Amino acid sequence: MQKALYINADKCTGCRQCELACSYEHYGVFNPAKSRIKIFDFDHTGRKVPYTCTQCAEAWCLQACPVDAIRVDASTGAKVVLQDVCVGCKVCTIACPFGTINYVQDTGKVQKCDLCAGDPACVSACPTGAITYVDADWTGLERMQLWASRLGNSAHA
Amino acid sequence: MSWAGRILRVDLTRGTCTAEPLDMQWARDYIGQRGLATKYFTAEVDARVDPLSPENKIIWATGPLTGTNASTGARYSVITKGPLTGAIACSNSGGYWGAELKMAGWDMIIFEGRAPKPVYLFIENDSAQLLDADGLWGKSVWDTEPAIRKKHQDPQIRVSSIGRAGETGCLFAAIVNDLHRAAGRSGVGAVMGSKNLKAIAVRGTKGVGNIRDPRAFLQATAAAKKVLADNAVTGQGLPKFGTQVLMNVINEIGALPTRNHRDVQFEGAKDISAEAMLEPRKTDGKPNLVTNQACFGCTIACGRISKIDDTHYTIQNRPQYWGASGGLEYEAAWALGAANGVNDLDALTYANFVCNEDGMDPISFGATVGAVMELYQMGVLTKEQIGIEAPFGSAQALTYFAEITARGEGFGREIAQGSKRLTAKYGHPELSMSVKGQEFPAYDSRGIQGMGLAYATSNRGACHLRGYTVASEVLGIPVKTDPLATDGKAGLVKAFQDATAVFDSTGVCIFTSFAWTLNDVQPQLAAACSDQFTVDELGVIGERIWNMERDFNNRAGFTSRDDALPPRLTQEPAHTGPAKGHVNQLGKMLPEYYALRGWDEDGRLKPETRTRLGLQ
Repeated sequence: MQKALYINADKCTGCRQCELACSYEHYGVFNPAKSRIKIFDFDHTGRKVPYTCTQCAEAWCLQACPVDAIRVDASTGAKVVLQDVCVGCKVCTIACPFGTINYVQDTGKVQKCDLCAGDPACVSACPTGAITYVDADWTGLERMQLWASRLGNSAHA
Repeated sequence: MSWAGRILRVDLTRGTCTAEPLDMQWARDYIGQRGLATKYFTAEVDARVDPLSPENKIIWATGPLTGTNASTGARYSVITKGPLTGAIACSNSGGYWGAELKMAGWDMIIFEGRAPKPVYLFIENDSAQLLDADGLWGKSVWDTEPAIRKKHQDPQIRVSSIGRAGETGCLFAAIVNDLHRAAGRSGVGAVMGSKNLKAIAVRGTKGVGNIRDPRAFLQATAAAKKVLADNAVTGQGLPKFGTQVLMNVINEIGALPTRNHRDVQFEGAKDISAEAMLEPRKTDGKPNLVTNQACFGCTIACGRISKIDDTHYTIQNRPQYWGASGGLEYEAAWALGAANGVNDLDALTYANFVCNEDGMDPISFGATVGAVMELYQMGVLTKEQIGIEAPFGSAQALTYFAEITARGEGFGREIAQGSKRLTAKYGHPELSMSVKGQEFPAYDSRGIQGMGLAYATSNRGACHLRGYTVASEVLGIPVKTDPLATDGKAGLVKAFQDATAVFDSTGVCIFTSFAWTLNDVQPQLAAACSDQFTVDELGVIGERIWNMERDFNNRAGFTSRDDALPPRLTQEPAHTGPAKGHVNQLGKMLPEYYALRGWDEDGRLKPETRTRLGLQ
């Protein structure tokens, strides 16, 4: 069964534990500047929105790469950048409609979410359950259940 | 070794920025942030210096856990000699700025001198430069932050700055970062303004990576986060209600200072409580509270994000207040509300927005307004003098005073001097509810005896964050003590003060101490930095920091006479509630406290105390 990140922005407090976990997992340093998941603050509404790669089935980045540096991890479905193949041309960063693959100055390569080989560090680090890793076919389950509960928990049902 | 190992020294007079290695011996003796920066400050600055002169210095300092994944590892402190008090000032802030400074590779920044004209410091990792702030001077914090990001075309820059209160010399001006997180007390913002320093803008992309024992550190931070999550206060109460969870509790025990401490219970407390912030409004069906919010790395998330009622008088035709922003914490809700007898939640929220917008401590501001209202009721101050009718309970007077004080206009310039100077000017110094010139926070020491001693001996003037014995006397953390008893309070206050000095020096938030003890902090600190930090050693370090601050204050001219409460608290018994008939018994507790501290009768460190703590 393939799994996917499911993000519920309503639960995000803006603490950045996900960014710290992501950067530490991949670079051994606490550094949001190197995180592959990013929190956006919307001050006037008070909302915070985590954003990262959703692992497109037909991935623009993968299609665009001229050196085939982006491959599919068969176990997770993640589109993974092979660091020793990537030449840092950044074409993938242009191709991605969502901006979730980015160049890293320090390494001269691009980086994107690789789902941590099936155990995403951001999910374990999130203190509120805003980021979860669930059955890829059922990312809508929680929201469906919430609406269903209007009937299920109603005394008049 | 989770210090960056490097400090930045900025000479504002000459316009130079110089990197220096961190003194690692001092780092081991004083940890970081509050302790370490105070060590640098007291070693470099004459205690008798005029706080607003170029000879004063001001330091922004992170701790070794700042910027790591330790829960609440967001904190930085600003250390200087405070203009409100003339004592050591040390104000602590969260948000994201502190971690950004650490990510740029700096433990602290020491500013000295005075810039010939307004400047701001721009740090981009190793690069630091002073830039012209002509276009920023006169702007609020809310306008300064986006203006700097726009100028540098980088939306990820973090800014710590002053608004118009700091520029115009308000003696309780705050330094604000991330729009509504503040190094709030003692007038650190006025020192910044006196140096023509508008802001510190930081972009840090180097990160924090030099953890001594990474495996042990990740285990320790995970275990400590679980302690916070499993605790009723940090896991449930604070995220849901914020510190405002206290409003009804403190009112019920008769320790909510009301109308400049005339009363100890406020009939309008329920209207300005956490519960009221969650209540849907009649006008639009929405509550005052929009959401909670965390600072960097914080797994508690006590911060309040609020929105003012669209129909409220304060925000008509003023779109900058229409969105959500930093809402009422307990201390602010008390100071702007109960202290003045005002129960209009939206008016308090507006006054709080104004405090954030232009960088002003809502505690000292609100408490000073309380004194103004009492002088008005007595007929000492008139409408002609102050510009508005100001009886206790007037929301209009409160919000008007907030505007003119934050912007340094009219009678606001007198409020901006704080209650000690204002009441003295009008012949009633006894009406200043302060210690060492700094106004009390939200606990009446007639109903919580230990807090009277904690206030009287706090090194930065009256403060709840230097020894929060409310935890024990009211909440039962770590053990319940009788709030009306004085026995054992000297030891309790000392224990809280010393432990707090450690928390404040590590980079974590003092609110973790609702759940954590030093036994929870120690494994994180030791794994990150140095095996030397055992629990026993941390206890000694806390005591050393406390005494170092005290020693500076002694050299600045403070003696035992200044460890005193206003006569209202020691002579006028509480009228109502469980503390009815009680005054604060400071005189019973103080000698025992001095003896426990190893101080002489004048409140000075005895030679053997210096020797024991390594303070020469």
